[in-house]
Amino acid sequence: MQLEELSELAAEIQESQQHCDHCVRVCMAAGCQSSGAKVVFDALSEKTAESEHVCVKGVGCMGLCAAGPLVEVTSRGQAPVMYQQVTEADAQEVVDSLGGAPVERLRCPSDMPFFTSQHKIVLENSGVIDPEQIKEYIAADGYRALVHAVTEMTPAEVLREVDVSGLRGRGGGGYPAGLKWSTVSKMPGGDKFVVCNGDEGDPGAFMDRAVLESDPHRVIEGMVLAGYAVGAAHGFIYVRAEYPLAVERLTKAIRDATKQGFLGQNICETRFSFDIEIRLGAGAFVCGEETALMASIEGRRGQPRPRPPYPAQSGLWGYSTLINNVETFANIPPIIRRGGAWFASIGTEKSKGTKVFALAGRIRNTGLIEVPMGITLRDIVFTIGGGVPEGSQFKAVQTGGPSGGCLPEEFLDLPVDYDTLRQAGSIMGSGGMIVMDQTSSMVDVARYFMEFCMDESCGKCVPCRAGTHQMHALLDKIAQGHGSVKDLALLEELCEVVRAMSLCGLGQTAPNPVLSTLQHFRMEYVAKLQEHALPDGGPPASERSATPPAESQETTS
Amino acid sequence: MTLQLAKPAPPDDDKRWKMVEVTMRRSGYASHALIETLHRVQGLFGYLDEPAMNFVAESLGLPLSKVYGVATFYHLFSLKPQGKHTCVICTGTACYIKGARELVDGLRQKYGIELGQTTPDLELSAVGARCIGACGLAPAAVVDGEVLGNLTVDQLLARIEKVIHDAT
Ligand SMILES: Cc1cc2nc3c(=O)[nH]c(=O)nc-3n(C[C@H](O)[C@H](O)[C@H](O)COP(=O)(O)O)c2cc1C
Ligand code: FES
Repeated sequence: MQLEELSELAAEIQESQQHCDHCVRVCMAAGCQSSGAKVVFDALSEKTAESEHVCVKGVGCMGLCAAGPLVEVTSRGQAPVMYQQVTEADAQEVVDSLGGAPVERLRCPSDMPFFTSQHKIVLENSGVIDPEQIKEYIAADGYRALVHAVTEMTPAEVLREVDVSGLRGRGGGGYPAGLKWSTVSKMPGGDKFVVCNGDEGDPGAFMDRAVLESDPHRVIEGMVLAGYAVGAAHGFIYVRAEYPLAVERLTKAIRDATKQGFLGQNICETRFSFDIEIRLGAGAFVCGEETALMASIEGRRGQPRPRPPYPAQSGLWGYSTLINNVETFANIPPIIRRGGAWFASIGTEKSKGTKVFALAGRIRNTGLIEVPMGITLRDIVFTIGGGVPEGSQFKAVQTGGPSGGCLPEEFLDLPVDYDTLRQAGSIMGSGGMIVMDQTSSMVDVARYFMEFCMDESCGKCVPCRAGTHQMHALLDKIAQGHGSVKDLALLEELCEVVRAMSLCGLGQTAPNPVLSTLQHFRMEYVAKLQEHALPDGGPPASERSATPPAESQETTS
Repeated sequence: MTLQLAKPAPPDDDKRWKMVEVTMRRSGYASHALIETLHRVQGLFGYLDEPAMNFVAESLGLPLSKVYGVATFYHLFSLKPQGKHTCVICTGTACYIKGARELVDGLRQKYGIELGQTTPDLELSAVGARCIGACGLAPAAVVDGEVLGNLTVDQLLARIEKVIHDAT
C-alpha cells in the first residue's frame, strides 16, 4: 500500500461516517463501567436501533471518570455535547434531544479546565474512536506514519525523527528513546526483538491500560515503526493478565492489522516483515522490570538479572532487544507523522512532549489526563483536578507509586519533568498521581508501599528480600506507636543499605516512599515516636511531660 | 535418527485436556509456552493440581520442579480449588487511601476469610488486586466479573449475598 491509497481509504471511511447525523459515544472504560455504562449503552443502542441517522458507539476512556458514565453527542455541524452521570432512565431523554436542544440537566461543562488545560497526543483518539474498528483508526490518520516510513523513509531517517523528538521512556526511568533505539539498531544483524512493556505495575495507575483498551492500533503502529527502525522482525506485547479487555482488543487489533497488510509478511508490499505476539503476565509486579519481563516471556520465573548486559545487547533468548513502555510506543506514530521537531516544541528543555497521568485519591476530578511536560503540580491538582473535596485539606501528592515519593504543598509550583521531580525527592514514575489529605498518615502511607514491595520482592537478592521485611516491621512498629528513636535511625540506615545493595530497581527504589516522607513529613514520624514510647523503655506517653526527649530533638534538627 | 517420544497421557479423560493440548501444540510444545499453558489449565479447571502440573511438565519436556517453580512464583496461579464466586478487592493506592481496608475487614467479619482465601464450603474466594483501573471510583471491587465503584462495606456484602443467593 502506498500513501495515496491509504489517504483514499481514509477519505472513503470518513465519507461513510458522514451518513449518521448524530454520533453518540458512550465511554466503556473500566471507570465508567463500574458506574453502569454498559446498561446505558444498551439502552441507547436499543432506543436508536431503528434510526439510520444515529450511531451509538462504545469508546475508550473519556477521562473524567469521577462523573461517569459519560456520554458524548456529536451532531453534524454542532459542537459536541458531553453528558455526565447518565443512567438507563436518562437514555430516552438523550435520544429525544437529538436534533434539538441538549439535555441541560445532564450536561457536563466541556469548557471546564479539566478539558481545556489538557494537551492530547497519546490520548487523541481515546474516547473518540471505537477501538475495535481498524477503520476508525485509519480515518483518524492511523497507520499513516507506518506507510510513509516503510515506503518513503530509510530506517535511519525514522531513527533520526525519534532522536530529534527528545522522547524519553514513559515507563518510569526516562531513558531517551532515540538513544536506546540507536543502540539496538547498531547491534550486528541476526534476530532482534521489539518488546512492549504493558505490565503496568504501579498499584494506583491505569494509563497503559487505557491506551491499550482505547486505541490499541496506536501501540501496534509504534512497535512496527520501531521494528523498522532497529531492524527487528518480531515483537512481543507483554500485558498483565488482569487486563482481559486490553488483551481481547489487542488480539483483534493484531488480526485486523495483519489482514490490512500493516503487520506480517512484506508490510505494504515492501521487503520489511514484522509480527507481534501477545504474552500474558501472571500477577507479579517485578515482571515490569525489563530483565524479569524477558525471563517471563521465555516462560520462566520472572526474576531480574544484573545489568549489564542491557537488553539492547543481550535480551530475549540472548538476542538484542528493544524494550519500551506502552505510552512510549504510543507517542511514536504522531512523531513520525508530524516530525520530531514538532514534538520537541512541546514540553520543557529536557522533557519533551506530554505525559498521561491517572489522577486519583482525595481529589474532585478523578480520571485520566494528558498534560504538556512542564505544567506545575498545582495546575494539575487544583486547576485540572479541581482541588480536594470540601472539608479536605491538601496534604501531599504521590507520584511514581512504590518507587516514588510524596510531595507537600511547598513543592506544588514545581514543573512536572523528570529531573525536577527527582531533585525534589520524588519521581515522574509511569503516571500514577494520588492526592492525599489530612486523613492520610504519612507513616501509614510509607508502610503501605513497603508492604507492597515486601510482597512483591522476588526473593533473589538478600537486601531486597530481607530488607523490605525489616523495614516493614520497623514502619509497622512506628505506625503503632511502639517505635523508638533508635528504630527510626535503624530504618534510615536500612533505607540506604537496601537502596545501594539491591539487584534490581524494585529494591533500589523500595526505600523511596520512606525517604521522601521522612524528608517532607518527618514530624509525623517523630510524633508517632512520642506517642507511646520513649527510647530505651522510658515512661509511657501518658506520664510524660510536654517536652520531647532530648534524643528525638537531635534527630529532628 | 530422531528420537520419538511417547506423548504423555492426560491425567484423566476429561475433554478439557484437549484444549490444553491445543494451546501447547500451537507453540510447538516449546518450553516458553509454559505460562500460557498454565493460564489455560487454570482458566479451564480453576486451579493447578499436581497431576495437571505433571502433565504439563511432561508435555513440554520440563522437570516438574520448573513448572512448580513458575506456578508458585506468579500470584495469579492457584494450587488450591477456588470458590464458586469470587470477590476481588482492589488494594491499589487510590483504593487504599479511600478505605479498601474497611472492605477487607467487612469480608473477614462476615465470611471469616482474608484476601487469597476461600470459604470452607467453596462458595466464595476473596482475592486482592492492585489497581483494577477504576481508581476514579475508589474503593472498588469486582464481584463475579462485575466492577463496583464507590463501595461501602454494606453495599459490597449485599452484592456478595445476592450472587450467592441467586445461584442457589
Ligand atoms: C520493579 C520495576 C517495575 C517496573 N514496572 C514497569 C512497568 O510496569 N511498566 C513499564 O513500562 N516499565 C516498568 N519498569 C521499567 C522497565 O524496567 C523499563 O525501564 C521500561 O519498560 C523501559 O521502557 P521505557 O524506556 O519506554 O520507559 C519497571 C522497573 C522496575 C525496576
Ligand atoms: S487503586 Fe483501586 S482501582 Fe486503581
